[in-house]
Amino acid sequence: MKLVRLTIVLLAVLAAQPALAVQPDEILADPVLEARARDLSKELRCMVCQNQSIDDSDAPLARDLRLLVRERLTAGDSDRQVLDFLVARYGEFVLLRPPFNRHTALLWLLGPLVLLAAGFGLFRLMRRPVASPGGVGATPAAAPLTDAEVRRLRELLAEEPPQSPAARR
Amino acid sequence: MIAEVGHYALVLALGLALIQAVVPMLGARMGDTTLMDVAGTTAVVQFVFVAGSFAALAWCYVTSDFSVVNVFENSHSLKPLIYKITGVWGNHEGSMVLWVLILALFGALVALFGGNLPATLKANVLAVQSWVAAAFYLFILGTSNPFLRLPQAPVEGRDLNPILQDLGLAIHPPLLYLGYVGFSISFAFAIAALIEGRIDAAWARWVRPWTLAAWMCLTLGIAMGSYWAYYELGWGGLWFWDPVENASLMPWIAGTALLHSALVMEKRNALKIWTILLAILTFSLSLIGTFLVRSGVLTSVHTFASDPTRGVFILMILVLFIGGGLALFAWRAPLLKQGGIFAPISREGALVFNNLFLTTACLTVFVGTLYPLALEALTGEKISVGAPFFNLTFAPLFIPLLLAMPFGPLMAWKRGDLYGVAQRLLAACGIAVLGIAVTFAMTSGGPVLAPFGVGLALWVIAGAVTDLVERTGLFKLPLSVVARRTAGLPRSAWGAALAHGGIAVSLLGIVGVTAWGTERIASMKPNDTISLGGYELTFNGALPRQGPNYRELVGRFTVRLGGNVIAVMEPSKRTFPARQSSTTEAALLTRGVSQLYLSLGDPGPDGSLALRAYHKPLVLLVWLGAVLMFIGGGLSLSDRRLRIGAPKPARKPALAPAE
Repeated sequence: MKLVRLTIVLLAVLAAQPALAVQPDEILADPVLEARARDLSKELRCMVCQNQSIDDSDAPLARDLRLLVRERLTAGDSDRQVLDFLVARYGEFVLLRPPFNRHTALLWLLGPLVLLAAGFGLFRLMRRPVASPGGVGATPAAAPLTDAEVRRLRELLAEEPPQSPAARR
Repeated sequence: MIAEVGHYALVLALGLALIQAVVPMLGARMGDTTLMDVAGTTAVVQFVFVAGSFAALAWCYVTSDFSVVNVFENSHSLKPLIYKITGVWGNHEGSMVLWVLILALFGALVALFGGNLPATLKANVLAVQSWVAAAFYLFILGTSNPFLRLPQAPVEGRDLNPILQDLGLAIHPPLLYLGYVGFSISFAFAIAALIEGRIDAAWARWVRPWTLAAWMCLTLGIAMGSYWAYYELGWGGLWFWDPVENASLMPWIAGTALLHSALVMEKRNALKIWTILLAILTFSLSLIGTFLVRSGVLTSVHTFASDPTRGVFILMILVLFIGGGLALFAWRAPLLKQGGIFAPISREGALVFNNLFLTTACLTVFVGTLYPLALEALTGEKISVGAPFFNLTFAPLFIPLLLAMPFGPLMAWKRGDLYGVAQRLLAACGIAVLGIAVTFAMTSGGPVLAPFGVGLALWVIAGAVTDLVERTGLFKLPLSVVARRTAGLPRSAWGAALAHGGIAVSLLGIVGVTAWGTERIASMKPNDTISLGGYELTFNGALPRQGPNYRELVGRFTVRLGGNVIAVMEPSKRTFPARQSSTTEAALLTRGVSQLYLSLGDPGPDGSLALRAYHKPLVLLVWLGAVLMFIGGGLSLSDRRLRIGAPKPARKPALAPAE
């Protein structure tokens, strides 16, 4: 966490010590519109920060973006329109949840695909009554014990204190 | 002089590590006990040297020896003593020394307490452990030497980044490293097993306590980091899905999966190959975590390319250990014989289910964290993957996991009875449904999903209690039998119930704070009052104050509940002159498990002060759950069954260092 926070701090210092993320003077009078603005802010990246949404960030750019979002909302834009406007201006980099397309297909699909494939594979494996060697149901091959192991085994057996049945369970 | 001694000690440790990396392994191959026993001695002496090196660095910090570059850059003579000491690992070089210190400590512990290990396994484990150590000593000496001197000693240091001057953060890295590095033991055991081409249930019994201990430290470390971010960064968030956070979360999830699969292996001799793979992957993720945080690759692929020395070195370590480990796995794993047949509906089956979902969850975090880096490196296209992505993809994977959780411990090994278990969980189900209904009735507004989150948490908690009730026979058998059974219940059963309950408690906290948390942002003049979550907050005024190495502006707020004053809260903003930087010190008021959170902004021109105030219901449960998981792990660790092959008479000679 350190590096990121350090960067945040450095940025904050460079930006002449701003203070809070959302500041009192930014808040819209209409609570519904303000709530929408906050929700949108959480989806948008502060582009000069590291992995911070404009809702969290202290940077002046984030403040500008927050004001811009509120301006568009007041002008009557839908949430979709606000996001489209920002993407047109700043590129997809601004979205914290990347849209699904050719470049992000793997990002979105890898997890579900692996889950399905592994689930299916396990299902197949489990249904087999006797699995092939190396599979779930193979029997262990008994490797002969070495002399040292036999000796150790005797020692252990000789020293083993009686255990209570509950502890053995 | 002290710095040079520290430097020299580290070089000597490297020398010992190189010997330990080769000699014991040769001994194991040739069946030569003398050569194998070398590892025991070198591991302990290596630890002594690294500890000496660390102590030397700490000494430079405590005495404020600014002729050492590292001390000059990260310390200040006026800093409180505690932060002089914690400053040792508050920077890149020092934290790497801490990393190897913990690695050497674990190596020494294996050498000292591994008396009951088969000699060849012990020799191989310590040798593999030493490969890792040698790579990291080389990294420190070659690219991140903390003992470099300045030609002329400056009078004063540059001070530690003030945001790091905090007790929570001071203990956070050591705990995290204890976790990361602890998994190196599981890794060493896995590699040693592959080299020997033999593995059995006893192997899992040796690996499990180490994995468990590492997992416990990581759990606490992550929770501590999250709590630190919560109170120190001043906007009250607990988890940001930041790559650096994800770096610690991934080994945690993989480690959790490893704990469970090692259980199957220990009890039923099944899932051997998978457990080995998981042990390799868990440590790989720990290494990747170190790489992500330390190489600068996160800032940008380009920064990484412009100053590549450290990054490339770590990348080489990664390739060597992850690539080498996996290659060895591919080559040798087919030699390992599997055992233990089980039906899909069984305890083993439940644990496989657990592993499937945990591994996918881990993969989701992995892809989300590294995808933007890979895409930018390959195509130059920049995308952002942030909290909204992870909330959407990660959270759904935990729902089936938590739904299935109460079934696992109640299921019989080999072949379970799903219907029977479901019947025994009827009460738990009832409690969950009741919880959902009550939450619906009591809360208006908030997300619709929140009551179901509460229900899920209650289901898991009630399920954990059901397990204990079933095992002790409570409500069914006479009390005397119950008492005997309770006393005889293995501690690992208590531990599992507590850890499972802990997850649910954390979930309850997360649901509470995200669904019903409220926030007020206001510009306040003296005597202004705002209301928040049923509390009234009155601003009394602001006053300046002087600290040991900072100045601060303190705002005083009176908190009233139903007209009665219950507390005075003093959030502040601190300015540290040495670094020309400032921090926000939030004020927290704990009421039960909920908190009021005040954070100050800048004073306005008209004498007003910006304030961010939050009411965070149930927030403390998030970390309390982590503490429960930690205690659960501890109970399980103290279970005598984990100390197998260590009957009392044989214990004493095993404690002495191996000659």
